[in-house]
Amino acid sequence: MEETCELLHPIDRWLKTERMPHIWCPGCGVGPTIHAWVRALERVGIEKEKVVYVSGIGCCGRGSGYLDVDGFHTTHGRAIPFAVGLKLANPELCVTVISGDGDLFAIGGNHFIHACRRNNDLLVICVNNFIYGMTGGQLAPTTPHGGYSTTSPYGNIEHPFNTPHLADAAGAVYVARWTSIHVRELELSIAEALRMKGFRYIEVLSPCPVNFGRRNNFPEPDAMAKWFAQSSVIMHGADTSKVAIDMGKPIILGNFVKREGKPTYYELLRKLEEMRRKR
Amino acid sequence: MPAGSKLLPSQKVKISRGKVHIIEERCKGCGLCTDFCPKQVLHRSERVNEKGYHLVEVIEEPEKGKFCVACGFCQIICPEYAIWVEKREEYV
Ligand SMILES: Cc1ncc(C[n+]2csc(CCOP(=O)(O)OP(=O)(O)O)c2C)c(N)n1
Ligand code: SF4
Repeated sequence: MEETCELLHPIDRWLKTERMPHIWCPGCGVGPTIHAWVRALERVGIEKEKVVYVSGIGCCGRGSGYLDVDGFHTTHGRAIPFAVGLKLANPELCVTVISGDGDLFAIGGNHFIHACRRNNDLLVICVNNFIYGMTGGQLAPTTPHGGYSTTSPYGNIEHPFNTPHLADAAGAVYVARWTSIHVRELELSIAEALRMKGFRYIEVLSPCPVNFGRRNNFPEPDAMAKWFAQSSVIMHGADTSKVAIDMGKPIILGNFVKREGKPTYYELLRKLEEMRRKR
Repeated sequence: MPAGSKLLPSQKVKISRGKVHIIEERCKGCGLCTDFCPKQVLHRSERVNEKGYHLVEVIEEPEKGKFCVACGFCQIICPEYAIWVEKREEYV
């Protein structure tokens, strides 16, 4: 017998292998992002039974159905409020939201800023592919200025969100940005975030060759990946107000913000309860 | 290496070798592994899988220094979870 039959891909322990191959297009960055998260969970040593994966709607949202952990594929934009409730009801769980830029910053934008502000104990990973992938490539709040999409055929006249700056300004305790090509750095960053408490945000720039790349001069499945590899500059601790993405300019990556000592919403809630009981 | 320092015979450099496994039905031929393999041992082949995607094959030329060193980058960058590397250690 071929020896390969007996051996498994190391991630298979975490996958619903009967659902493979997955639906994501050739060269899509969702797969490597989830892989980095799984390796970070192993690195930190979090038990599989305690891991919860919450996603919203979109290509990226499909991830929660592929992993062999507790997964919730929630309604569009509502991954964060769902995860907030889950974590408050069972604080033992390690809750991660992995969702798309449209899901987290368009329809779900308000939930994002308020969870940052309240410091809900969540890790949020945004797979930012600059576009609405699943619905066919419409303009997202993250589409770069001048970028082409099905709803901006003459170039985007809007200015995109600089999501690390948004998270920083709203009070997230950990803010980082990597790409789905910087998989080793991403794994370490996720591991660092998993060891912390409070609202932690990691933006992962991700190729969407089919819906963004094809319309923006990246015609091959690996072209956006090469763009990331060639134009990224790593600047840990960079001022988040200066890391906005502009096509043609360097992309700044790194672990930007780490705030110590901000109590989480849950901790304050427990304090409040105690105070009330004593009265 | 700093000038004047020498590698003593007892300090042999350990180089790991790897065996690449490809799960063919998962591959979608995106080319990321072939682009980013530092030793360039992965190549697009003419063979296709049942979905019609061109598969990746391993071509090693150890005499030219082209062999898998088990860095495992293809394994973690593959969007399909279709490639993984078994580490085998060797002394050079
Ligand atoms: C309430 C509601 N409005 C609109 C949609 C249509 N819709 C599905 S996915 C999506 C956007 C997905 O974009 P993003 O979150 O960036 O994920 P991607 O597909 O790019 O990973 C939209 C608008 C929906 N499913 N539900
Ligand atoms: S449309 Fe884009 S985001 Fe969706 S699976 Fe394809 S490459 Fe990935």
